[in-house]
Amino acid sequence: MKHLISAGDLSRDEALLILDTAEELARVSERSIKKLPTLRGRTVVNLFFEDSTRTRISFEAAAKRLSADVINFSAKGSSVSKGESLKDTALTLEAMGADAVVIRHGASGAPHRLANWVRGSVLNAGDGTHEHPTQALLDAFSMRQRLGRIDGLKVAIVGDILHSRVARSNVLLLSTLGAEVTLVAPPTLLPVSVERWPCQVSYDLDAVLPKSDVVMMLRVQLERMNAAYFPSAREYSRRYGLDRDRFAKLHDDAIVMHPGPMNRGMEISAEVADSPRSTIVEQVGNGVTVRMAALYLLIGGENQ
Amino acid sequence: MIVIRNARILGGEPRDILIANGLISEIGAGLGGETVIEAEGLIALPGLVDLHTHLREPGREDAETVETGTRAAAMGGFTAVHAMANTSPVADTAGVVEQVWRRGQEAGHCDVHPVGAVTSGLEGKHLAELGAMADSQARVRVFSDDGKCVSDAVLMRRALEYVKAFDGVVAQHAQEPRLTEGAQLNEGEVSGRLGLTGWPAVAEEAIIARDCLLAAHVGSRLHVCHVSTAGSVEIIRWAKSKGWNVTAEVTPHHLLLTDGCAEASPVGPYNPIYKVNPPLRTQEDVTALREALADGTIDCVATDHAPHPVEDKETEWAAAAMGMIGLETALSVVQEAMVETGLLDWAGVADRMSFRPARIGRLSGQGLPLEVGAPANITLYDPAVRTPVDPTAMVSRSRNTPYQGLTLPGRVVATFLRGRPTVLDGKLV
Repeated sequence: MKHLISAGDLSRDEALLILDTAEELARVSERSIKKLPTLRGRTVVNLFFEDSTRTRISFEAAAKRLSADVINFSAKGSSVSKGESLKDTALTLEAMGADAVVIRHGASGAPHRLANWVRGSVLNAGDGTHEHPTQALLDAFSMRQRLGRIDGLKVAIVGDILHSRVARSNVLLLSTLGAEVTLVAPPTLLPVSVERWPCQVSYDLDAVLPKSDVVMMLRVQLERMNAAYFPSAREYSRRYGLDRDRFAKLHDDAIVMHPGPMNRGMEISAEVADSPRSTIVEQVGNGVTVRMAALYLLIGGENQ
Repeated sequence: MIVIRNARILGGEPRDILIANGLISEIGAGLGGETVIEAEGLIALPGLVDLHTHLREPGREDAETVETGTRAAAMGGFTAVHAMANTSPVADTAGVVEQVWRRGQEAGHCDVHPVGAVTSGLEGKHLAELGAMADSQARVRVFSDDGKCVSDAVLMRRALEYVKAFDGVVAQHAQEPRLTEGAQLNEGEVSGRLGLTGWPAVAEEAIIARDCLLAAHVGSRLHVCHVSTAGSVEIIRWAKSKGWNVTAEVTPHHLLLTDGCAEASPVGPYNPIYKVNPPLRTQEDVTALREALADGTIDCVATDHAPHPVEDKETEWAAAAMGMIGLETALSVVQEAMVETGLLDWAGVADRMSFRPARIGRLSGQGLPLEVGAPANITLYDPAVRTPVDPTAMVSRSRNTPYQGLTLPGRVVATFLRGRPTVLDGKLV
């Protein structure tokens, strides 16, 4: 593995290697001294063109626990806001000797483009409406932790699939790992050729819930309402929100996930989000571990 | 006096062509002349005519100029191009179209026929002074807001009606604006996977259907720019079956490439070298477009040559400019897509790349059969070679060819504009 740009690039063995490595690294997090010397002398750049404190600090914590030097490059207030191109930013980072560049960008495909211009590894921390592979890895990690397996799990992903990089990465990774994914959304929030994706599709959340082992709720942005994807927040919530009544339809071992940040009361009710069967807080912790594993496997090797 | 020896006119038997005073003065065997050009194995075609070229001057001389763009045209075998109106300032007055026309005369590599804007500033609000442009020295007959759609139905109706007075034609860039806000790539399987905002086929087809009905209603001429979908072909076929005065063009790139290029290509995924408007479509669309060009539903090939400087393409996909250069590769792509597949013979190529576009543009002295007495606008083409496309070898000022990494057939060996060579031995004269 040179880069981690798309969950679809991972073979089953590679994906399992990341999850297994993360499991070993998780034990470190339980120690009183959490730091490993593995990436000492390596430089990781967090290149964030979109505000995302959660993802940035997760990658930062992961790199620091492996003793890497971390440079945070935020587009706001930098040369980028003065019109510098992605290519010139990349060449600047290249000159600084970045071993890995973690990129979050509003344009789909920006990490692919970046990989043409830097020699280091590129980690996609979310590109436009395309992918967010480490989110999918941490979701898979969290499922395995709670339910003991991924193979054969029935996973419902609910919400704005059309604009969701989390959904794209999860569909690709989970199908590689043998889970059965069902996407649930109003037809307006599904891509036109979604039937060719390696998953099932439903418009009816109530029909899908009783047979699901995992329900992953996606954030729905209110500006979608203004673009006529759905009539109102209330109607969306009524048809696709996970409230107490719907939660009761899940079987006893099923878990509820959300990549955050949540709109409580919109796609998920507060009592569901805070229930013991919600993995939402664990997902955050697992994010650091999984990102440590990814960084370690990409730039921790002997050939570096 | 120039004699071209043993050229195969439209792929036929070898003949000698004698050129005198800018005209074809004799066609036969064993002809002599002061200058002899050996054309053994070469095909002679009428000089190609492009209905859709962006020369970028005035305003974006960093991308192309009339001089560099017409050089590229000559290298591609063209003897006439139509320069699109979306310059800066926009070609929406007699003054601007005359300037572009004059720059073409000065450059001398091929005839330049300016296209006039339909609406002032391409803003889609008020008709530009179409009559003044028609009456100017540039004699504008083709009007287009290309790059933008004349989406207002009333304005489109008036434009279609108005140009009847001087036998003009409105060339529509068919793109329903609301359905294509922020659109990046053909809406389909690939755009869904790549997370790029979709450009649905219906946004093109709905406008074409409306415009065909409008053209029929007011009894005017409609030309549809860069048709890109199988559904558009069906609508145009239907309109033609009604006897309506509708013509259409297809670009070389829509005859060869698909939206899959955005995902997997010799130059990597998300490479905006493949970003173009209308977008590359699916293989089914490519097949339908080829068949439509073969059966005449689509009248002609037009390049939509759209030069952009490197910095407008070396970016992330969404930030990149739309368009690709195409003058220098058009004939090779048509050979690959249409001739090698048996869909068109060389007479068909001459019809779709010279005769018909000249008729649509109402050009005199261009797009005429290679016969005694006709202006000596001739392209000599070697169909037997195959070469890798080399962007650095292009004479266009820009390098944004989507064929990098491909090997294409054929090479333009010589181009003659009214008897004067503009290209000889594959090099500019």
